[in-house]
Amino acid sequence: MSSPISSKQNFTKESLEKQFRLSEFLAEKIISSVAFLSIAIIFLIFIFVFKESLPIFSLGKESAKVEMQQSVSASGDQPESYGGVETEDLQPESYGGVETEDLQPESYGGVETEDLQPETYGGVEKEDLQPESYGGVEKEDLQPESYGGVEKEDLQPETYGDVQAEPLVENNDSAEDTAKEKKSNSIWDTLLTPDWVPVSENPRFGLLSLLIGTLKVTIISMLIAGPIAILAALYTSCFASKRTKEIIKPIIEMLAAFPSVVIGFFALMVMATFFQDIFGYDSRLNAFVGGVAMALAAIPIIYTISEDALSSIPKTYTEASLALGANKWQTAFYVVLPAATPGIFAALLLGVGRVFGETMIALMATGNAALMSANPFESVRTFAATIGAEMAETVFGETHYSVLFFIGSLLFIFSFGLNALAEFYVKGKLIKKFQGK
Amino acid sequence: MKDIKIQVNDLSLYYGEKKALKEISMQVPANKVTALIGPSGCGKSTFLRCINRMNDLIPSVSITGQMLVEGVDIYDKNVDVVNIRKKIGMVFQKSNPFPKSIYENVIYGSRINGITDKRELDEIVETSLRQAAIWDELKDRLGDSALGLSGGQQQRLCIARTLAVNPDIILMDEPASALDPISTSKIEELVHELKEKYTILIVTHNMQQAARVSDHTAFFYMGELIEMGKTDAIFTKPAKKQTEDYITGRFG
Repeated sequence: MSSPISSKQNFTKESLEKQFRLSEFLAEKIISSVAFLSIAIIFLIFIFVFKESLPIFSLGKESAKVEMQQSVSASGDQPESYGGVETEDLQPESYGGVETEDLQPESYGGVETEDLQPETYGGVEKEDLQPESYGGVEKEDLQPESYGGVEKEDLQPETYGDVQAEPLVENNDSAEDTAKEKKSNSIWDTLLTPDWVPVSENPRFGLLSLLIGTLKVTIISMLIAGPIAILAALYTSCFASKRTKEIIKPIIEMLAAFPSVVIGFFALMVMATFFQDIFGYDSRLNAFVGGVAMALAAIPIIYTISEDALSSIPKTYTEASLALGANKWQTAFYVVLPAATPGIFAALLLGVGRVFGETMIALMATGNAALMSANPFESVRTFAATIGAEMAETVFGETHYSVLFFIGSLLFIFSFGLNALAEFYVKGKLIKKFQGK
Repeated sequence: MKDIKIQVNDLSLYYGEKKALKEISMQVPANKVTALIGPSGCGKSTFLRCINRMNDLIPSVSITGQMLVEGVDIYDKNVDVVNIRKKIGMVFQKSNPFPKSIYENVIYGSRINGITDKRELDEIVETSLRQAAIWDELKDRLGDSALGLSGGQQQRLCIARTLAVNPDIILMDEPASALDPISTSKIEELVHELKEKYTILIVTHNMQQAARVSDHTAFFYMGELIEMGKTDAIFTKPAKKQTEDYITGRFG
């Protein structure tokens, strides 16, 4: 056979033989390894965070031995100091200790310790004078100062009283015994209490009030951001003219690039005063102000994604609805919105994730007081803000340090669980409800 | 005349500067099937969408001339477009059931008109589905998603959905173009039955279909109405050369 003809015979065994294409193979492998890498990184971050919180777990179980030793050594230390100073002396010290480290570490603490200590120490020399000077100095001298500080930053005028009062009472009543008992209890008992007093003679790491605070802020901000963002998305995708849409969409999306510090600052300086004037509540920085500020951060995210979901609904649905005599808003609410449910749901979830993990705004606008209360106008402290505020102050490897990392892994687990629940359960139900089986 | 449903006088339509329909004048008889035929891009679908003002959705469209439905000019400023569309239903080329259950699809039009009584809605669903000859196939699965139906079933569901709002006129834009022969014949039978109660306009590419289902046929070419008459006459002895060329397959 001549060569032209044989080259035309494509379906020979040789020409159909399997070929190895290196570039295709490499491209495929690179893409898939990058994808796995991103998953692995997330996983590794979680592992690291969780690993740092591990000591809590070991403390919980091996507490018998370790805690005994600790309490022995602690009680060994304590008597010395107790012995050295009289019980009346102990009070001001522990009092000062709780106060300075627990509340307002920066300005307040700095001012206070300098003020308080010289005077009380001065008083120590003369035992008769001490109670008087102590009482006089503290209640008259110290508190006005602290209130002065509070007015500037508006930090916990109330918590100051609350948190402080409790340790005082306990220390007063049964100073040594209770302290030892508390210490020998495992951390797990304190994790489920409302008291978040990480730095004190008797540290307690109660997460309940932090949890309540986080949930409160999240709910408030989602109640505000969700409807606004979805309605705005509905407007731009169904009602607005093309021109209006081209103007509105980029502007709202620009808000997503807004640094959260700036939003927090705005909330701290402007919104807090504004809302206080309207509602007239006591604590200027509270869950509501924080929630509104975080809504500002969440709106662009929810808006962008739900707008995309709404715009991707086929035009044929809209046409069919209009051809049946529906008007524009009926079409938008009964056809477009239900059809876009999965996308909007995903948008809301991302919004929740954003608010849940938002640190800067929470730190600046929520008041940072770990209170158990359902009142939205009460100060709160969120998980993320707690980590942000306290991580720099802890001793590496200490219980406080581990608990903060434990909070970090809790944040991770919560948002992961929320997403999983939504993906597998709620979304299916919603789709069934709006779109038939 | 009483049996003229739609009277069109010198209707022209512009997409921006481009004139897509050129002075169309025609009369559509009541309770008959009128087929609109012609090559792609000749303006027959555009014309159909003029009848229930679906072209309003396209911002660049402007329309001159008159479109009288039972003597009322539907492009008059005082006419509400929503009410027109309730009276003039439309079935689209691509079946477009909503992503809802079959039941919800059928009652959608009634729902937005404010009917909430469950028994009344049930009745509407049954009569509409029966009219669309699909009740027996679907009666046991009314709660299922409409998107799970076959193409032919979806299209008949869309017809049922249109019937449920009880229109006078039904516009069909190539309702069977994406369907297999069996589904197509079902739709054609359906059209045949429906003309007892409704005035039907149907756009089709399929000349046999036009010949089978319609009483009157209008031939469009390049945005103009070339010829309109009884279907028999158009298909056996067309008056114009262009019509004959198209029908016999010499162009188009």
